[in-house]
Amino acid sequence: MTDDRLEIAGRAFRSRLWVGTGKYKDFAETKKAIDAAGADVVTVAVRRVNITDRNTENLLDYIDPKQYTILPNTAGCYTVEDALRYARLARAAGVSDLVKLEVIGDERTLFPDTAGLIEAAKTLVKEGFIVLPYTNDDPIVAQKLVDVGCPAVMPLAAPIGSGLGIRNPYNLKIILETINVPIIVDAGVGTASDAALAMEYGADAVLMNTAIAGANNPIMMAEAMKLGIEAGRLAYKAGRIPRKLYATASTTIEGML
Amino acid sequence: MDIQVNGASRTLQDGLTVTDLLQLLDIRTEQVAVELNLKILDRADFPTSILNHGDTVEILSFIGGGAESPLHPHAYINTQDSIFDYD
Repeated sequence: MTDDRLEIAGRAFRSRLWVGTGKYKDFAETKKAIDAAGADVVTVAVRRVNITDRNTENLLDYIDPKQYTILPNTAGCYTVEDALRYARLARAAGVSDLVKLEVIGDERTLFPDTAGLIEAAKTLVKEGFIVLPYTNDDPIVAQKLVDVGCPAVMPLAAPIGSGLGIRNPYNLKIILETINVPIIVDAGVGTASDAALAMEYGADAVLMNTAIAGANNPIMMAEAMKLGIEAGRLAYKAGRIPRKLYATASTTIEGML
Repeated sequence: MDIQVNGASRTLQDGLTVTDLLQLLDIRTEQVAVELNLKILDRADFPTSILNHGDTVEILSFIGGGAESPLHPHAYINTQDSIFDYD
């Protein structure tokens, strides 16, 4: 699979498993999980520096921005203004022009505010950002995000952190058929089969955090996800057999007595 | 002069620059973003940005994050009356 690279906005990515860095016990565990996942795209959040306790470690001391693509997010932003502010701060902090754009609509579901998302995406694209939007499994919204200049779209599988897996496979399939940019399934997967299924449908990558960080053994789950992603991708490229209601014998009856 | 730094009040000597403040706080300038009175500064402007009494400074950096965690108590399905398959 060495030539099977994912390309977004002229950048090539080796791994189709992208991971978040939240909810781990410590940075050492975070790093081990990323390595076990084989991920080369890693999401981070932007927050105030702790100025009262300067002994706190820095995440990027563990995750070298030269080795990984750092993808800052706008998690926790509920308005267009906040999302723009955090995206601009992330760029000012100097790791890249990439942003995983989130405009959250509601704290119970953490579903995106898609109207706000499109508006924020449009502004950030004009400012030169490479905007990767976290969106609903809505094909119309996905197309609108492409129309305003997003080079990839990241529809959810299920609510963030829910572990419910792909709740609307038919919408996801419509998105995969109709949207002509890479589709990265973001949020909601629970286990390796969910990740494999997304890839079998034809997703270009899957981004996850809680499913790995929240597992009893995060390092082992990171490896399971890596294998799930690879198996799903290979199965997609190999082309599965069609489903049929009745049996088709796989053994010839010729030569039987 | 008194300024606000990351939400807390600080009394500092007059004439300090943003670079001076970061040094004082023992913060490395790489991979931080600084917002001075809601305006994001270019890193190249840190040494020449002089702080004034009443300024509000925000210093931000990267932390672990995927997406927001579902902290809301109703974020979890009620196991008593749901048809869904969950734990």
